[in-house]
Amino acid sequence: MHIDYIYGLIGGLLIGTGGAIYLIGNGRIMGASGIIGGLVDKSGWSTAAERIIFLAGVFLMPLIVIQFWERTETNITNNVVQLIAAGLLVGVGTRIANGCTSGHGVCGISRLSLRGIVATVFYIGAGGLTMATLRHVLGLI
Amino acid sequence: MRNIIAFVAGLFFGGGLLVSGMTNTAKVQGWLDVFGAWDPTLAFVMGGAMIPMALAWAYTKGRTPVVGGSFPAKPDPKLGRNLVVGSVLFGAGWATAGLCPGPAIASLSFGGMSLWIFFAAMLGGMLIAPVFKAQLEKMDR
Repeated sequence: MHIDYIYGLIGGLLIGTGGAIYLIGNGRIMGASGIIGGLVDKSGWSTAAERIIFLAGVFLMPLIVIQFWERTETNITNNVVQLIAAGLLVGVGTRIANGCTSGHGVCGISRLSLRGIVATVFYIGAGGLTMATLRHVLGLI
Repeated sequence: MRNIIAFVAGLFFGGGLLVSGMTNTAKVQGWLDVFGAWDPTLAFVMGGAMIPMALAWAYTKGRTPVVGGSFPAKPDPKLGRNLVVGSVLFGAGWATAGLCPGPAIASLSFGGMSLWIFFAAMLGGMLIAPVFKAQLEKMDR
């Protein structure tokens, strides 16, 4: 098996363990877009401390790990228009849909939530179509 | 207690995102690029993450969270316009830059200016999302 798949599986187990700790401990769903979005639109200000501290953990752990393991490859574009368009779509879309890859995908599907499954089918489908259009039809990315 | 649990969960989530390779936008775009050099890593990440999460959901039955309160009820399986439209927009943005909200935070410390531009645009999108969401909910009624 390709080494990247093994890293994927190990990383996935860590992500799921984080979600399990958050759920069993605090009784909350570990959805990145919901945790961030609640701070942005004020809907989650009553639990602001918990959200900020969670996000601090998400920010800090990679920063610690890269001190020992040079895993800093992002391959992110430096095209500003592309970055802004992508950011706006991700921000608006995840908040309208009430979830992203972590909330609908990991936490939703693992409890067989119909909403989580449908959301995942649509964002992967739309992602695949967008990729095909931008890369293979228009040759933009 | 809530904050400690949130921090530990965040550390696992952030570490998992880095280890899994999901902070590398090329791997995410590779997963969505079904007509190009398709990269199945993301399936291993999702699959791996669902194992602890499914166990956690099973554990929640008949129990309460460590900090008290109750576990989130399974959402009403109603599939509104917001779920579909939001997921499609999210998917399009996800493909455009290869980032979703979790990995964006996880790579903020080492991704350079591009990451911060994406992140700022995402917060902007989250700020304006409630307006669109209200419109879509109105159409559902």
